Amino acid sequence: MGQINLRHMKDKQRGTIRMIKANGEMGRRLRDMGLVPGTEICIQGRAPLYDPVSIRLMGFTLTLRNSEADYIEVEVEQ
Amino acid sequence: MTTSTIALAGNPNSGKTTLFNALTGARQHVGNYPGVTVEKKTGRVSIDDTTFTIVDLPGTYSLTAYSLEEVVARDFLSMEKPDIIVNIVDASNLERNLYLTLQFMEMGLPVCIALNMMDVAKKRGISIDIEKLSSLLDVPVVPTIARQGKKGTEKLLEMLACEFNGTIGRPSINISYGNDVDQALMKIETLVKEHGFLTHIYPARWTALKLIENDDQILQLVREHQAEKGTGETTTLFMEKVFNVLTDLASHLELTLQSYPEAIIADYRYGYIRSILKQGVITQNHDRSRLEISDRMDKVLTHRLLGPAIMVTVIYLLYHFTFTYSEVPVGWLESIFAMAGGAADSIMADGLLKSLIISGIIDGVGGVLGFVPLIMFMFFFIAILEDSGYLARVAFMLDRVFRVFGLHGSSVMPFIVSGGIGGGCAVPGIMATRTLKSRKERMATLLTVPFMNCGAKLPVFMLLIAAFFEAHRALLMFLITIVSWTGALLVAKLFRSTIVRGEATPFIMELPTYRLPTVTGVIIHTWERTWQYIKKAGTVILAISVILWAMMTFPSLPEDHPKYIGNSNTTMDANDEHAQAALRHSLAGRLGTALEGVTAWAGFDWRINIALVGGFAAKEVVVSTLGTALSLGEIGEEETLSLARTLSQDPGWRPLTAVSLILFTMFYAPCFVSVVCLAREAGSWKWGLFSVVFNTGFAFLIATAVYQAGSSMGF
Repeated sequence: MGQINLRHMKDKQRGTIRMIKANGEMGRRLRDMGLVPGTEICIQGRAPLYDPVSIRLMGFTLTLRNSEADYIEVEVEQ
Repeated sequence: MTTSTIALAGNPNSGKTTLFNALTGARQHVGNYPGVTVEKKTGRVSIDDTTFTIVDLPGTYSLTAYSLEEVVARDFLSMEKPDIIVNIVDASNLERNLYLTLQFMEMGLPVCIALNMMDVAKKRGISIDIEKLSSLLDVPVVPTIARQGKKGTEKLLEMLACEFNGTIGRPSINISYGNDVDQALMKIETLVKEHGFLTHIYPARWTALKLIENDDQILQLVREHQAEKGTGETTTLFMEKVFNVLTDLASHLELTLQSYPEAIIADYRYGYIRSILKQGVITQNHDRSRLEISDRMDKVLTHRLLGPAIMVTVIYLLYHFTFTYSEVPVGWLESIFAMAGGAADSIMADGLLKSLIISGIIDGVGGVLGFVPLIMFMFFFIAILEDSGYLARVAFMLDRVFRVFGLHGSSVMPFIVSGGIGGGCAVPGIMATRTLKSRKERMATLLTVPFMNCGAKLPVFMLLIAAFFEAHRALLMFLITIVSWTGALLVAKLFRSTIVRGEATPFIMELPTYRLPTVTGVIIHTWERTWQYIKKAGTVILAISVILWAMMTFPSLPEDHPKYIGNSNTTMDANDEHAQAALRHSLAGRLGTALEGVTAWAGFDWRINIALVGGFAAKEVVVSTLGTALSLGEIGEEETLSLARTLSQDPGWRPLTAVSLILFTMFYAPCFVSVVCLAREAGSWKWGLFSVVFNTGFAFLIATAVYQAGSSMGF
């Protein structure tokens, strides 16, 4: 078990969110979409140019840019 | 007979619009919320003796003051005080959807849940204990399948009728946000109550909660409140006390948890939802990781290589179908207006009134209605792409490219429709920017789509290419496309770093599950957008059309102007020469002549100037006005060739003039139909004016630079 940045997760890798480092508007947007500590996520895939990334959580699919993924620390299953 | 108001609220993609359509059918009215461009849809439904007015609130994930949609929804709920809030909740995605539900409950609103898409949930192996959910949350819950229309909403209607008679209860919910927040919450709640701050609108606890959440709107209200009441002792004391509690809490949380109050509150809300769902509300029947159909489709449709290839094909087809299929009805409309014009021509006596009716009114109305089939077809196909969930994938795939220029993945559709591949139309393109949810990116897109090469600019390019570059047609058309894209994207970048500058809006977007669009949904969608265009743009466009006609007619030549001047020969008919003189004498002509001193920098003489003024009515008018200005008479398709020949032999014209004119036509003021639509979409006439002034200035700069550089190099 290790904690890494969401940007560095591989396709199909699973993990649990441990920390959201964003404040203000960005933080609010992330939390509104269910990205809070304790949420389990799985990397679904990446766009043809490797950015944005699409993730699966709580039964729906969400996309984020890598620059937004930087705010999210995930504990991953190796 | 009583009436009451129901507000429909819920997450985007939860089936809210489908439910609204199912409840109200065709009986709906589309308008705007006061002062903003957010659409407000209302409809009616009668149950027994009660008529319900249903208001479709904008879809939101939360009730912060983060986006315009959220503020609009929140203000409506607190100010208009609807009798019942029907919260549509996606059954296959309960956890996130209930986050919004909790916020309604915290506002103390009479809320009930329509648990939608029960069929999808069932297919995914999720079963939900509805009664348990209802009793744990203490709000009424009914299952719905909005896609099935009346059948899927029966239970909801039954409940509404019955709840209304018994008056729906206001939930009381007090979520604990942990010791630190709870204590601060209590302190502020007491202060808010003591001071009576907003207590006539919101529950005190909610106001306190919002203050802790650092909510812009409520904080602003506190400041305004102070300004209003003056710096009297009690008010100042209230503010001070509140802000003291807030700062203490924030620094304490920062120190102990390295977190922010609003983050903690969100965490506890989700925690509360999870604790409810864990009490046997949801049963998952099989493995979560089962690859669903939607995921399998995504494997292909967003595949690294296949994805872009399919996307190009889909966009091409959208474009192809829109412009091919609309050709027939456009043709009908054109012949109807031609017939009307012909009829007026034969019935009426020659004169100003006849000219006004034919050139001003009939052409003006024709101009408005001529776009209708185009808009309808485009919105029809876009509605299919949007409702099916594919449009979100297009944005996903292209975001990386468009972000470089400060735009958004969803900007691609408006650009393409406006003529990104050549031969589109900026009017539907401008309206297609509605699919963009982020304001700054939307403004930058809106202001740059008119740079694309719409179908009306093509005849101008064709004429100039035929006159000077006949041998390199394809190459030139290709270059023209590249130049317009480069111009549009660079200007977008410029706008995003000046007038609409600011951080890129986060691309935190849901990729909805692929769904087959419903026929009613697509038709209603298409119709309401088309109707809005006719209704809103119609009147203004007609007025401007008449003004333009007047500019090119008045002042008319004096009566004693010699009708037949001696030097007319076989190519220059006397009538045509008269028309040329009349045009030059008119306001537009005088404007063109007056501007010659300036426009000479770009290589334009007074004749080109008039043609460009005419082009403000519609870009293709440049060709016909140029014909009149060169005294060639009416320019039809066959005459274009002879016009091209005249141009290439005219001593005032050289290839460089043509290049300069092509560039100017590409970038200068959008036609007035586009300007009207742009102003409507941007929400202010200021932006319409801006696009006219800026684009013309920009075009002149480019054309002059090229013309001057070319001239100095001896072209």
